[in-house]
Amino acid sequence: MRALDTLGMSVQAIARNKLRSFLTTLGIIIGVASVVAMVHLGQSATRSVTEQIASIGSNLLFVMPGTAQRGPGGLRTSAENFELADAEAIRNEVDGILVAPALTTSATVVIGNANDTIPVIGTTNEYFAVRNHYLEYGREFEDGELSSGAAVCIIGKTLIEEMFLGQEPLGSNIRVGRTACRVIGVLEAKGESMGQDRDKTILMPVKAVQRRLVGELDVSAIYVSALVDGSTGLVQDQIESLLRQRRNPVNGGADDFYVRDTQDIAQTLESTTNTLTILLGAIAAVSLLVGGIGIMNIMLVSVTERTREIGIRLAIGARARDVLTQFLVESIALSTLGGLIGLVIGVGGTWLVTWQLNMPFVISPTVMAVGFSFSVAIGVIFGYFPARKAAMLNPIDALRHE
Amino acid sequence: MTEPGNVGGSATPQFAPSVVEMRDIYKIYGSGATEVRALDGVSLNIRAGEFVAIMGPSGSGKSTCMNILGCLDVPTSGEYWFRGVEVGGLDRDELALLRRNFMGFVFQSFNLLPRTSALSNVELPLIYEGVRPARRHELAMKALKTVGLVDRAHATSAQLSGGQQQRVAIARALVTEPPVLLADEPTGNLDTAMAGEIMKELVSIREQRGITILMVTHEPDIARYADRVLFFTDGKLIRDGAPAEVIP
Repeated sequence: MRALDTLGMSVQAIARNKLRSFLTTLGIIIGVASVVAMVHLGQSATRSVTEQIASIGSNLLFVMPGTAQRGPGGLRTSAENFELADAEAIRNEVDGILVAPALTTSATVVIGNANDTIPVIGTTNEYFAVRNHYLEYGREFEDGELSSGAAVCIIGKTLIEEMFLGQEPLGSNIRVGRTACRVIGVLEAKGESMGQDRDKTILMPVKAVQRRLVGELDVSAIYVSALVDGSTGLVQDQIESLLRQRRNPVNGGADDFYVRDTQDIAQTLESTTNTLTILLGAIAAVSLLVGGIGIMNIMLVSVTERTREIGIRLAIGARARDVLTQFLVESIALSTLGGLIGLVIGVGGTWLVTWQLNMPFVISPTVMAVGFSFSVAIGVIFGYFPARKAAMLNPIDALRHE
Repeated sequence: MTEPGNVGGSATPQFAPSVVEMRDIYKIYGSGATEVRALDGVSLNIRAGEFVAIMGPSGSGKSTCMNILGCLDVPTSGEYWFRGVEVGGLDRDELALLRRNFMGFVFQSFNLLPRTSALSNVELPLIYEGVRPARRHELAMKALKTVGLVDRAHATSAQLSGGQQQRVAIARALVTEPPVLLADEPTGNLDTAMAGEIMKELVSIREQRGITILMVTHEPDIARYADRVLFFTDGKLIRDGAPAEVIP
């Protein structure tokens, strides 16, 4: 018997019973579509997290006061803040880095008739490069402004939209806390990141925030960017030993600061999304399995229903293996068809969801290949039992079947 | 093992070779008190070119005998030689090849594939033989021509009358040009006029091709078309001879 004829016979049998064939395939369609969509969406979520972290700044280290111990309320920060001299020491002692000290607070900002509470970051010009957040227009702080703590500020895009109502902000004075402050620059738009609007912010010289807003001469964080890829580990070690020398003689005992790497954060988040992807994929795989059992059910019913046909085929000279092949090819054809339709629906669904949620659209050939091969494998596995049952029929019993 | 086509083990001095030879065939269902002997020690010999009718009341074993002759069923004990081959020693696939190459079947209920054209039905045995589509089509049309149904080649079973369906079934049985045709009550589902036509068809095919025909029937009128009648009762072959001698 020629292979093409076997295929032709199976296709005819499928076409002869279109509704049943469709219902049989439906399980596989849903199974493959959900596996493909779930895994793709998981990868897309991972990509989106990675992209957001890259936008915070690459090779970025956060040096924070406190202990890196996680508690119910998140990180505990009960230690004393750093001094500007600490940032200065890091800058001088460690090679190949950019250092931006930061004192973060929030202040009531009044612009014309609008007022709002806005996060204010006191920092230096290194901030732009370290946090990968540059000026769109205007100018950076001048050295004089930095050393004197002048009342100048650089504002984020959200302030222009919400408080300046689209008016040109450069050169105008706004009130930050109790200080009148001149706008000298505007930051480029960054959008949302981890649920925060990164454009709703004000940058001022660190000394201005210290003296005019907070009234303390310390900094709440030091941002460090390693200039060489892959050197963050070494830089981290150097910063830790330096700060230990500078702080521990005062405080004694354990470290009262910690250094965190954006890559650490990225890895933590990535492993979380990966776990979720695996979980969702596994649930979807169960539905694929159920789809396979559906194929087996229908094929078994089909064998019973077509017993007489099998008897005729055996009587006119079909061998057991001819009948086996015919039914096996039939179930493989059904599951392959289902797999293809499922792929299309799965990829389409992924595209729709990522488009709606503004996530990156990721397509993985591996995932598609695995999903599709699974559907074919299911056709083989769940088609074999009914096909064998058909092939093992006794011709005379099959012919007498009513 | 003897090659098919050779003269069988029979010592009967005949000019035509033996096609079928049964020696002491038993077919027993169940055991002990519920034992049923469908065939109870049957021996027979059929030579090439014979037209044999197998008769008997229902339950006499004639259908069981036919199924064993057609290699669709195997005997409980005894020897069955088909064209010099002892069928008892063959496995399922070898039996299938024997049916494919040397036998054509015609059934009482036609047994055409539903929702399939006459042409496709006739082509089916050739598909299993691995014949290419163009050649298959040619042979199937030739077979349909033999039974006078060329113009109905693309009609499905439901669009054909009973007589036409049986003629398609005959074309399907003959398309591989087998030396033996087995017919199980071929006229059982047809009216008298149609039955007569089918029988004339079989007689003319036999004259043209010298084919051996084995036919089960319970109707004496149909059996008279044969030139030899085997009469079964209670699983035993009790009469064997020309129709005039056997049919009362």
